[in-house]
Amino acid sequence: MKIVILGAGQVGASVAESLVSEHNDLTVVDLDATRLRALQDRLDLRTVTGSASHPSVLVEAGIEDADLLVAVTQSDETNLVACKIASRLFNVPRRIARVRATDFLNDEKVLGPEGFEVDLSICPEQVLTDYIVKLVEFPEALQVLDFAGGRVSLVAVRAYRGGPLVGHPIRDLRQHIPGVDTRVVAIFRKDAAVAPDGNTAIEANDEVFCLAATKDIRQVMRELRRMDQPVRRVMIAGGGNIGLRLARALEDDYSVRIIDHNKRRCEMLAAKLDRALVLNGDGTDEELLEQESIGEMDLFVAVTNDDENNIMSSLLAKRLGARRVVALINRRSYVDLVQGAQIDIAISPAQATIGKLLAHVRRGDVVAVHSLRRGAAEALEAVVHGDRDSCRLTGRRIEEIELPPGTNIGAIVRGEEVLMAHHDTRILAEDHVIVFVTDKKILPRVEKLFQVGARFL
Amino acid sequence: MRINAVINYLGRVVILFSACLTVPFGFSLLLDDGALHAYDEAIVATLVAGSALWAATRRAREELRVRDGFLLVALVWTVLPAFAALPLFIYLPAMSFTDAYFEAVSGLTASGATVLSGLDQLPPSLNLWRGFMIWLGGMGVIVLAVAIMPLLGVGGSQLYKAETPGPMKDTKLTPRIAETAKGLWLVYFALTMLCGLAYRWAGMNWLDALMHAFTTMGLGGFSTHDASFAYWNSPKIELVAVVFMLIAGVNFATHFLAWRKLSLQPYRRDPEASVYGLVLVASVVGIALYLRAMEVYADFWTALRFAAFNVVSIATTTGYASTDYNLWPIFAPLWMLFLSSFVSCSGSTGSGVKMVRAQILFKQSFRELLRIIHPKLYRPVKLSGHAVENNVVFAVLAYAFVYISCLSLGTLALTASGLDAVTGLSAAVASINNMGPGLARVGPATTYAGLSDFQTWICTFLMLLGRLELFTLLVVLTPAFWRK
Repeated sequence: MKIVILGAGQVGASVAESLVSEHNDLTVVDLDATRLRALQDRLDLRTVTGSASHPSVLVEAGIEDADLLVAVTQSDETNLVACKIASRLFNVPRRIARVRATDFLNDEKVLGPEGFEVDLSICPEQVLTDYIVKLVEFPEALQVLDFAGGRVSLVAVRAYRGGPLVGHPIRDLRQHIPGVDTRVVAIFRKDAAVAPDGNTAIEANDEVFCLAATKDIRQVMRELRRMDQPVRRVMIAGGGNIGLRLARALEDDYSVRIIDHNKRRCEMLAAKLDRALVLNGDGTDEELLEQESIGEMDLFVAVTNDDENNIMSSLLAKRLGARRVVALINRRSYVDLVQGAQIDIAISPAQATIGKLLAHVRRGDVVAVHSLRRGAAEALEAVVHGDRDSCRLTGRRIEEIELPPGTNIGAIVRGEEVLMAHHDTRILAEDHVIVFVTDKKILPRVEKLFQVGARFL
Repeated sequence: MRINAVINYLGRVVILFSACLTVPFGFSLLLDDGALHAYDEAIVATLVAGSALWAATRRAREELRVRDGFLLVALVWTVLPAFAALPLFIYLPAMSFTDAYFEAVSGLTASGATVLSGLDQLPPSLNLWRGFMIWLGGMGVIVLAVAIMPLLGVGGSQLYKAETPGPMKDTKLTPRIAETAKGLWLVYFALTMLCGLAYRWAGMNWLDALMHAFTTMGLGGFSTHDASFAYWNSPKIELVAVVFMLIAGVNFATHFLAWRKLSLQPYRRDPEASVYGLVLVASVVGIALYLRAMEVYADFWTALRFAAFNVVSIATTTGYASTDYNLWPIFAPLWMLFLSSFVSCSGSTGSGVKMVRAQILFKQSFRELLRIIHPKLYRPVKLSGHAVENNVVFAVLAYAFVYISCLSLGTLALTASGLDAVTGLSAAVASINNMGPGLARVGPATTYAGLSDFQTWICTFLMLLGRLELFTLLVVLTPAFWRK
């Protein structure tokens, strides 16, 4: 596929990184030649320096025969104009734009066919806010992801000593919670994937990925670890776009404090927020944290735009007694460094936001993709088409399907009904199948499973 | 330093090279020219050596870093000539290893300096191998390897940068490096075929046409005849040669773009092409007039014919001759030597400083002059309307300094070991510019066979330096490169 990416910032770079392969021809456009050179030294792609919305620059980037445009520059306006131009002048079939301002999203006409002709708009800040809000709702989970319009959830939980199921094989799960159907799709033990079957025993400190109907999630988690008290008090360090969105999403149900070092920003925050407390100061200021009774906080979230600051302030918060700390960390090497040690959860914005985009790029009818474990694993939801002869999934029982190693079918959604995958579950056409893949390298083979053979089309 | 990974890749390139050796083998089989025994042993030896290198290090699966890339390129270019020399070494028992290695380096670096005489009596397949070496080395062995072997994305583009000539290599033609390398080789291949057909049309036999198509497009200069192009004495053949030498002296990336867009616009946008054309036309006409004025030739048109062929041949660093230009008044051959050091465009199969560096040096010097008059002047160096970054200018300045130093040291070493000034200087210039014949004792009518072993090694080293654009080879020789 020929893909043109506009913007070589954090989102652009991580999109490029997850798409670069022998099957994709990537061209990245940015104004900053230094940044482009760094990207080109690292990845096998072509770069063009110039203004991303100018037709001549787009032509130089090969937009004329591009299959996909991903406009993720800093500026909403540039992204929108680029999509419009790509559609009108160059007939690019698919266009994705990053749109931050909610004003653009309020009216469908703005992005629709009469407007800027954007097929998919993504807002990284909103995705991250949703991610963190989920963590507030499920304080025990490392990550909660939705499939099939929210009917199915995938939770990542770290198993703790003392959880009822820890030390027991997975097959016991059913006896523990008789009314609930769930499925363990993957276990990561010391950063290596363990292929789970009924006899695999869950050990303390394992990272367990479970699929279940959304309503059952809480019960499933209870089996793996002691339940924490529900979150009541949240402190947010950093009042940027994410901090503000997060505070607004949480302020009605929780007690929220938000810290920003910029006075004028604080005024703005205070104007937009009703119940949250806005504090002017530094998230790494020990005195301020103590003063605001950091020890009482159920959750401390560091979301400034500076990795080092986020790490330092959350380490400090943890030491001062915050129950759980979450840090936003862009640099992948930092994420590996701190996650699970003192910082409970390190969120990589790029990885969190890329899923929606990946769903658009994958072959086959893929509805949702979630990139997990910093891009190494992936959970995807795809629709099965065709019949027994044309597709390798349709009409077959799960035990009959030859899955590549490291792949696990977790659940099937048929209309409104959620079916956990068992060996005798039969897959029908138009089912949504949720698949967990522990190694990114085998993704092409998984995609192939969902493709309908050409001879039957 | 990831030595094992480097050796692993080296092994793969050597295995690939053994496949190249089957070309003359096939021809020898076809023509039954009695040189078969020279190739089968060479192929087996190359294959065994390559496989041994590969097998010994097959566990090393690390990706190459920038530094490893330089080492690999330097190793490839010093090791491959040894294997390339095997057929010559085996077939001609009288030939020393020094001479065989020199001949192979001269071939792979597309220089065209030879130690062999009696070319007309050599088996055709051996001459074809000499031409084929030039053709392979002209576009680059590594580029070929990147094109047809999955040498990994990033590692591949580092290697590509280390081998391809020119100061600015960040602009890629296609998103993936393997596609770029494939595209360049495809254009190169197509032009070579076209060149071969044109030679055939102009009157060469098929074998000569093929061999000369290889050496023309590689800008090498090996011929199948001791007399080079004087053997045919045909204006038509010379015309074909001039046209294709001119084509090969232009950046192949520009050819590639022109071919893909099916328009001539890329040539207009190429900052080098126009100056390249202009300098060559002016030099040809100027030297023709000069030769006529000095009464070397009786009429202007004959003077123009010989000037056109020999000036283009030497300036593009090919090294064919249609007459012994050594006998011309000394100004003409000196001017030709001077041209050879900068006329070829970057990304072409020619060598020397390259037109784009010459342009940058010229404009930078002019900028300094203007700055004396207007001390507050702000004026970037521009190429086709785009400002060149200062760090590129600095790199070019350093390049020029290193080039002059290598040239001077080479000349000094050659004269110190007993050569006269003209021979020494011209041999050094001809070697570092990958041009081939020099003047006086190494002129177009003679060969490099008269040099001592020491002098031959100096020339060999200079040819490698020139082909790898100095820094790629020199960096491997610095202590800092090896420090952990």
